[in-house]
Amino acid sequence: MGFDHDQLVAFAQKWGLLYFLALSAGVAIYALWPSNRKRFDRAKHSVLDKDDRPDGARHGKR
Amino acid sequence: MVAGLTVSERQLALLVLGLLASGGLAMAAAGRGDPLGAHGFIVLIISVALAFLVLSRYHDPEPSQERLSEYYDDPTRVGIVLAMIWAVIGMFFGVWVSALLAWPELTFVDQAWASFGRIRPVHTSGVIFGFGGNALIATSFHVLQRTTRARLPDQFSPWFVLIGYNLFCIVAASGYLMGVTQSKEYAEPEWYADFWLVIVWVVYFAIYIRTLMRRKEPHIYVANWYYMAFILVVAVLHIVNNLALPISAGSAKSYTIWPGVQDAMVQWWYGHNAVAFFLTAGFLGMMYYYLPKRAERPIFSYRLSIISFWGITFMYMWAGSHHLHYTALPQWVQTLGMTFSVMLLVPSWASAGNALATLNGAWHKVRDDATLRFMMVAAVFYGLSTFEGSFMAIRAVNSLSHYTDWTVAHVHAGALGWVAMITFGSFYALVPWMWKQERMYSPKLVEVHFWLALSGTIIYVFAMWNAGIIQGLMWRTYNDSGTLAYSFIESMVAMHPYYIARTVGGLFFLAGAVVGFYNIIMTIRMARRGAAAPDSASDVPAVAVQPGE
Repeated sequence: MGFDHDQLVAFAQKWGLLYFLALSAGVAIYALWPSNRKRFDRAKHSVLDKDDRPDGARHGKR
Repeated sequence: MVAGLTVSERQLALLVLGLLASGGLAMAAAGRGDPLGAHGFIVLIISVALAFLVLSRYHDPEPSQERLSEYYDDPTRVGIVLAMIWAVIGMFFGVWVSALLAWPELTFVDQAWASFGRIRPVHTSGVIFGFGGNALIATSFHVLQRTTRARLPDQFSPWFVLIGYNLFCIVAASGYLMGVTQSKEYAEPEWYADFWLVIVWVVYFAIYIRTLMRRKEPHIYVANWYYMAFILVVAVLHIVNNLALPISAGSAKSYTIWPGVQDAMVQWWYGHNAVAFFLTAGFLGMMYYYLPKRAERPIFSYRLSIISFWGITFMYMWAGSHHLHYTALPQWVQTLGMTFSVMLLVPSWASAGNALATLNGAWHKVRDDATLRFMMVAAVFYGLSTFEGSFMAIRAVNSLSHYTDWTVAHVHAGALGWVAMITFGSFYALVPWMWKQERMYSPKLVEVHFWLALSGTIIYVFAMWNAGIIQGLMWRTYNDSGTLAYSFIESMVAMHPYYIARTVGGLFFLAGAVVGFYNIIMTIRMARRGAAAPDSASDVPAVAVQPGE
C-alpha cells in the first residue's frame, strides 16, 4: 500500500468535505428548482387522492 | 394465503421450502451437539410445516385474473399480526429483564437461559427486529403499492420476505436463549442466520425495484425513498458488520474478520446506522404516508421532506463514532462523529417540524382521534430524542452520560415514544383499511392504549433520566483526599427505586400493546363475521398488471 495513515487521513478529510458540500448543494438545487414544483405538488397531493376506505367515500378525489 | 398463489408459484414455494428443509437437515446433521444442530431442527420443522400447508391447498382453484386489478395485501395483513405478536413477546421480555435489575432473583428457575445476558437480547431483537421489522415490511408493501399505484410484482416473493424474515427472528431469539451470540449490539445472531437474512433482504429490495419499475405515478413519493434507504443501507451495514469466519461448518461460533479498534468502529458504524436506517428512516417513511392520510392534509412542505431525506441519509453515515468517545479510536474520527451528530439535528427537526406543521389546522382531529394523536406524539418524541441524541454526542456531555442509564432513557424515548407510537398510529389507521371496516373494533380501547403508552413512556424515560444523571455524577465525584467519593456498588443501590419505576413504566407500555393486539384481533374477527363495508373494490391500482409479469 502506497498510503500511510496521515496521507489517508488528509485525503479522507479533504475529499469528504468536498463530497459533503457538493451533495448538499445538489440536493438544495434539486429541491428548490422552480420547474420541479409541479411534480412535487402533484406528489404531495396524490397520496390523498385515492381514498382507501371501504365506504367508498373518496375524499379529495380530483 | 396459499389460495392467492398461482400453481407455478405454489410449485416454487414447495421448491424453496424443500431447499430450506434440506438446509435445515444439513445443519442438524453437521451441528450435532452444537446449538447449530438445534437450529437445524427448528428450520427443518418450520419448512416442513409450511410445505404441508402449501400441499394441503395445492389443488385449490387458482386466483382469477381479476386479482391483477387489485392490490395484493395478504402479506401486509399477516405482517401486522406478526408484528403485534412480536411486540407482546419483545415487550414482555423487556419488562422481565428490567425487573431482573431491580430483583435479581427473578430468574425463577436459576437456569442459564433465564439469565440477564440471554434474555436482554431477546428483548432488544424482539422489539426492534420482530416488532419493528415486521411493521416495516407490512407497511412498506402497503405504502409502495398505494403510492406507485402498481400491484406487487408477484404473489410469492412478498411471502418469502415476510416468512423468511420471521424465520431469522425465531432463529435469533432461540439462539440467545441457548447462548448463541456474536456479542455485537443489535447484531447478535450468528453467521448462518446472517447469511439467510442477506438472501431475504435481496429479495425484499428486488420487490421494491420491480414494483417501482412498473409504477403509474411519475414521481416516487418521499415515503418510498425512506423505505428504500432503510432496505439498502441495512443490507450494506449487515453485510459489512457481520463478515466473520465460523470455526467450522458444524459450529454456531464464528469470529469477526475485524481486528481491535476497527471492530469497534465497524460495530458502532453499524449500531448507530441501525438506529438511523432501521429505527428512523423506515419509520419516517411510515410517517410521511400515514400521517397525511389520517389527517387528510398534504405534507406541509414536500421540498423540505426531500432536503431532510438527503440530510438524514448522508449525515447519519458518519455519526457512529460518537459511541466511542474517549477510546482508542483516533481523536479526529471521534470529533467527526460528534460534529455530524450535532449537524443531524437540522434534518431531524426539519422532519419533526414538517410533521407537526402538517397537523396545523387539524388540531381538532388530533384532540378527537387517538390514532392521529399517536402519530403527533411520535413526531414530538422524534424531535425530542434527536435533540437529546445530538446533545449526548458532544464529547463533554458524553463524558457524563456514557455507560449510564441516560443512554437507556434516550434509546427508549426514541423506541417507545417515536418508533412504537408511529407504528401503533399507522396500524390503527391501516387495520380498518386492510380488513374493509369503517373503524377499529373499539375506538375506546385505542384511547386506552394511547394513554397507557404515553404514561408508560413518560414514567420510563423520567426514571432513567434521573438514574443516569445520578449514576454519572456519583461516578465522577471526588472527595477531599482526591479519591472517588462513591463505590460502584453504592451507585447501584441508589438506582434501585428508579429501576422499580422503570419496570412499572414498561409494564404500562406492555399493557397498552396487549390492549392494541386484542383490538386488532377483534377487528379482524369483526371482518370475518362478514361485516364488510360495500364498495370494497374502490381500493385498486390504476392499471392492471399483465399476467406474465
